[in-house]
Parts: sequence; structure tokens; C-alpha cells
Amino acid sequence: MRHLLSIDDLDRTGLEQLLDLSERFIEVTHRDIPKVPALRGKTVVSLFYEDSTRTRLSFETAAKRLSADTMTFTVGSSSVKKGESLRDTVQTIEAMGIDAVVVRHGSAGAPKRISEWIDAAIVNAGDGCHEHPTQALLDVLTLRRRRPSGLDGCRIAIVGDVRHSRVARSDVLAFSALGAEVTLVAPPTLLPESLEGWPVSVCYDLDEVLPNIDVLYLLRIQLERQHEALFPSLREYTSRYGLTAARAARLPADALVMHPGPMNRGVEISAEVADGPVSLIAEQVANGVAVRMAVLYTLLGSGGPVA
Amino acid sequence: MPEPSASQTLIIRGGRVIDATGERAADVMIADGRIIEVGERLAVPEGGADCELDAGGCIVAPGLVDLHVHLREPGDEEAETIETGARAAALGGFTAVVAMPNTTPPLDDAAVVESVFARGATSVCDVVSSGCITKGRDGRELAPMGELHRLGVRIFTDDGVCVAESGVMRRALEYARSLPGAVLAQHAEDPSLAAGGHMHEGAWSSRLGIPGRPGAAESTIIARDIVLAELTGAPVHFLHVSTASSVDLVRDAKARGIAVTAEVAPHHFTLTDACCAGFDPLFKVHPPLRTDADIAAIKRGLADGTIDAIATDHAPHTPEAKERTFEEAPPGMLGLETALALTLSELVEPGVVSLIEALALLSWRPAAIAGLGARGHGGPIAAGAPANLCVIDPGLAWEVDAGRLASRSRNTAFAGRKLTGRVRHTVLRGEPVVIDGEARR
Repeated sequence: MRHLLSIDDLDRTGLEQLLDLSERFIEVTHRDIPKVPALRGKTVVSLFYEDSTRTRLSFETAAKRLSADTMTFTVGSSSVKKGESLRDTVQTIEAMGIDAVVVRHGSAGAPKRISEWIDAAIVNAGDGCHEHPTQALLDVLTLRRRRPSGLDGCRIAIVGDVRHSRVARSDVLAFSALGAEVTLVAPPTLLPESLEGWPVSVCYDLDEVLPNIDVLYLLRIQLERQHEALFPSLREYTSRYGLTAARAARLPADALVMHPGPMNRGVEISAEVADGPVSLIAEQVANGVAVRMAVLYTLLGSGGPVA
Repeated sequence: MPEPSASQTLIIRGGRVIDATGERAADVMIADGRIIEVGERLAVPEGGADCELDAGGCIVAPGLVDLHVHLREPGDEEAETIETGARAAALGGFTAVVAMPNTTPPLDDAAVVESVFARGATSVCDVVSSGCITKGRDGRELAPMGELHRLGVRIFTDDGVCVAESGVMRRALEYARSLPGAVLAQHAEDPSLAAGGHMHEGAWSSRLGIPGRPGAAESTIIARDIVLAELTGAPVHFLHVSTASSVDLVRDAKARGIAVTAEVAPHHFTLTDACCAGFDPLFKVHPPLRTDADIAAIKRGLADGTIDAIATDHAPHTPEAKERTFEEAPPGMLGLETALALTLSELVEPGVVSLIEALALLSWRPAAIAGLGARGHGGPIAAGAPANLCVIDPGLAWEVDAGRLASRSRNTAFAGRKLTGRVRHTVLRGEPVVIDGEARR
């Protein structure tokens, strides 16, 4: 693996190896000094064209715990408008001598483009509506830790704005690669126009799927979407697709609830469910660092022991 | 070798002459910019010919006519100029091209249109200015269509954007009825349906997470403008038709006797949305690359006469402009130097259309739409006619090399593609502007 651009870059074996490695790094993060020298002398740059404090901090923490040097390059969208091409920007950064670039960009495919222009390893930290592979990795890691039997046969419903969700695209690939059965739940306006080739089924009615799932994965609703004629109002969205306490009560007893954050409490998920015992949301965040350590280690490490 | 010029005597030897009247083996003799004789084994005139062009094994056809090119002048001369675009056109076999109006400033003003005509007059291809339908191409107030018509404009279009307001399009069509030969050419994409989209909306856009432009954005405007053409009695030309349902609408309108014509671009019968899977903006174009089913429908439309013309939508962009993400890069790809070969390789060779039909689509039908017969384009190849010709070697195999294109830009979507058929010579008003595949100036 030279880059991590898409979950498609990994087959089931590759996914499982990364998850196994992530387990090793979870152990590292629980040490008194949660740091290993694996990437000493390597430099990891975060190149963020979109604000994302949590993903950026998670990657930077991961890099530091591997003893890599880190640099942050936050690019306002204005510099794009000023005319500097993406290629010029990344070649400038590469000239500083770097080993990996963690890219967050508002346009689909930006990390792929960058990987064609420079030699450093590229990690996709979210590109437009395309993918967010490390989020999917931390999601499957979190689930696997709760389900020792693995994801085979696990019934997962992904609820919400799938159309605009890079998390959903990566999750669908990762969940199904590990054997889960995925159902997308949303009104047609929030589903991709075509699901040709997607290993999923679709249901427009959340209440219909609730009793028959093992995991409910809620996507964040971007509040401005209600002004794009995609749904009438947040109130109507919540009434049809929000995980209220009443709906949570109809979930099977051992069902789990996930959310990639940041949450809109009271819209896609009620506060009491988010903070309740079925919620894996805090674990997802905690596992993010270990997964990103595993990704950076795989891309940049010498292949030696984790130590 | 003396510089060839328009005043010389020129013989094109040993070719197969094909024009709208048919096909025959003949030499073509040219003097003072006009064809003076067409016949077998013509004798060298007294005093000798200044130049003999070998057409052995070749087709001698009326110069090709492109209804749709972006030459970027004025305003974006880094990407293309009238001079470089005309050279690319001549190398592609074109003797006339219609320059689209989305320049800076746009072609909505007599002074700008006059400057395009003036530069075009001295270039190696007859560059004809289009004119805007609306001022500033903003879809609200009519551009000075009568004034532009007086300067020679026949194709009016806001290309790059659609005239979206039905009421504005209706009034523009009505007004154009007072301008003989004027045709309104629509960039058919409903902006509210295409808004925010960067590629064809379908399986690939959904997978890639790139917002899509649905085929319906095109066909809804085509359906509407067919109704408006019927209402006003004014002709409408549809630029770069790209979907199956658009082809069906145009076919049906023609069957009902409504004055509509349509062009397709070579990339729309050769490439699909799957090309966008690598996020390379070389494959970004508006309207977008569609599906295999759309290509099949376009080919049926070409074969049955629904489609009148092949036009390139030649759209140069600097490397910097395309060195962005797919969503941020501007749409458009080069076309002038590959159109003929793509037509021969993808349509004639597989038997979709005959050779003479292909030449009709590339020469005399578009010439008729734009009224370019009056400027001597589109044939016929007969004594007395202006000598605007191209000589095509139909069997020559070549590979597209982006670095060797004459355009100032390099954004071809066909780099590395192996094609068959290439222009050997191009003659503009009696001047051999391309000889043996090389531009003379």
C-alpha cells in the first residue's frame, strides 16, 4: 500500500491486517508513555483545505505517538480563488522534504490528484463527497471490538444524508467487505441518484428497519441542506429519520448506535441516546488515533516491530 | 521553396473527389483562389503550376466546417489565440470555424465581433464570429443582434451557458426572424438542474461522490426550445447534444417539420462517464461525458440524419487551469486536431455512417446551418467555386501526442489514442495552408 485514498485500495485481508495493527496501537495508547519510535525522522504534513479540528488532531496525535515530526498546512479556500493551483501548493510542500501528506479537501478526488504529482505517501482524510477511509477503519475497528465474532452477517443501517456523505461511501465499502449486510435509510433526495453496483439495500422508512438491525449508523445532517429542497425542514427530518428515545426503545436489546460526529443533538440523534449505553460514539473517537497510527505506520514504517 | 500564396496556380493530383454531389476520381486545378477545373489527368497549364499537391490514395473534400470552437481571444490568450486555434483547425482539415462568444469581453458588442472577424480574415482558417443572444451572456437583455448580423454574424448563442428564461428565449427567437439566415444556437442545460454538477449524474458520479449534471438538464431545455421554435417559426440549433433522450426529441421534432438542427461533439460519441473514475479533469466537459447507451443513441441519430453536424466544442485550457481537482477545474477539452480522425475511426470504419455521410456531417451540413456557403465553404468542388479544400489520407495510422498539437493548450482527452485517417493538405482560398501534414504559417 503506497497511499490510502479509498477503502477500495484494501481487500478483506488488507483491512483485517490494518485492524489487527490498530489493536496493537490501542495497547500502545494505554501505556504510561503512549509513544513508540517507529517513525522517528519521518515528517507528516496535514494539508487541510477544510476545517476539521477533530480529524486533524487525531492524525497529528497519531503521528506524534509514532515519533514522526508533524507540520500543519491550513489552506483557506481563498488561496484557491487567488489562483494558486493545487499542484503548485503540494509541490511547494514537498520541496520542504516530507514523507506523507494527510489531505482533507472539499473536492472529490483531490488526494488522488495529489498522489499523481508528488512522491510522498498520501492519506485521504476526507475528500468532498467521495470517501473518508480512516473514519470507516475506525468504525469497523470499533464494531469489531464489540463483536468478537466479527462483522459477518451483521445488519447495519446507515441513516441520513448518504448522497453527500464521504463517510457513508467508505463505510459501505468497509462494512460490506467484512461481510456485513448494509441497508441505506433516507428519503430519495438524500440517497445517491444511482446505487448501481452498491452492495446495499434501501429502505425509505426507518421505523420499518429498526427492529431488524444490529447497528444503527446515523449520519450528520448538514443544516443548510434544508434550504436546497432536499427535505422540508429539520423538524420533519427528525420526525421521520431522527433517532428519538422512543425509536431507540424499539431497537433490539443488543443493538448499537454509531455516529461519525459532530452530532446535531436533537436532529439526527437525541441527546439521551447519544449519551446512553447503546452509543459507541465516544469509543469511535478514541479508536481514531490508533487506526491512524496503523495507517501511517503501514505507509511509512520500515515493516519492523511496533515496539 | 517560395512561400505559397493565394494567387498561385495549384494542382491537387490523383485524389478521389467527394462532395455533396458525389464521388469521382479527379485532379483539381486552382488559380487565384478559385477552382478552375476538375477532371481526370489535368494538363499542366501554360507557364506551369506553382505547386502540385499529391493526393494519391487520398480523398479531396470541401474544407471541413466546425460550428463550435472556443478560441479564447480576446481575454484568455494564454490558453489559445485566433492564430493558434486557426492553425489547429487547418491541421484538422477545417477551412471555417465559428468562434463561440464566451470570451472576455464576450462577443456581444460590434467592436469585439469586428476584431474577431478581422483577425480571422488573415489567419490560416476562416474564423467566423458568433454573437451573443443576450448582453453579457447573462440571459436577460438581448444583445445587439441586428448590428452583429450586419457584421456577418449568423450563429447567435450564449454558449457556455443556457438561455434559461423561457420568455427571453422566445423573444430572441421572434426577433431573429427579422435577420435573414440567423440561427439561435442553444447550450441546452437547465442551470437549476445542472447546478453544482461536474460530471454526468449516474452510477459513476454516485460512486465517486462528484455532484452530477443529469441528462434531463439537457433534454428539458431541448424539449422546451422545440416548442418555442414551433411557436415562433424561428430555427433553433442545438449545440453539443449528448443524451439519448435529446436525440429522440430532435428526431421527433424534425418529423413534425419543426426547424431544428443538432450537432454532436466527437467526445460524446467516443468517451463515457467512466473516464472520470480517475478524477482527471481532462475528462471534465459540459455537457458531460455520458453513458454507453447515450453513445449508441447518438450513433443512431448520426446514421439516420437526426444529427446534422459534428462540431468539436474545442475548448482549450492552460495546464494550470486543469491542474486542480475535478470539481475545481474548468470544463472543456481540445477537439480540432482529432475530430476528423475520431469520426473516421469511430463512425466510418465500424460502418455507423458512410464516408460521404461523415463528410456531410463535417462540412456541407454545418456550412449550410451557419450560412457559410456564401463564404465559399462546404463545396461543391467545381469550376468557379472558391478553393476551400482538404485532402484526407483515410488510411494513415497515427497516435495522438498532446505535446505535438498546434493548439496553445494541451488538454486533449485522447493522448495516446491510436487513430486512423489524417489530413494531408488543407487549402484555404487557394492557399495551401497545410502541406503534408505541416502548417505552412
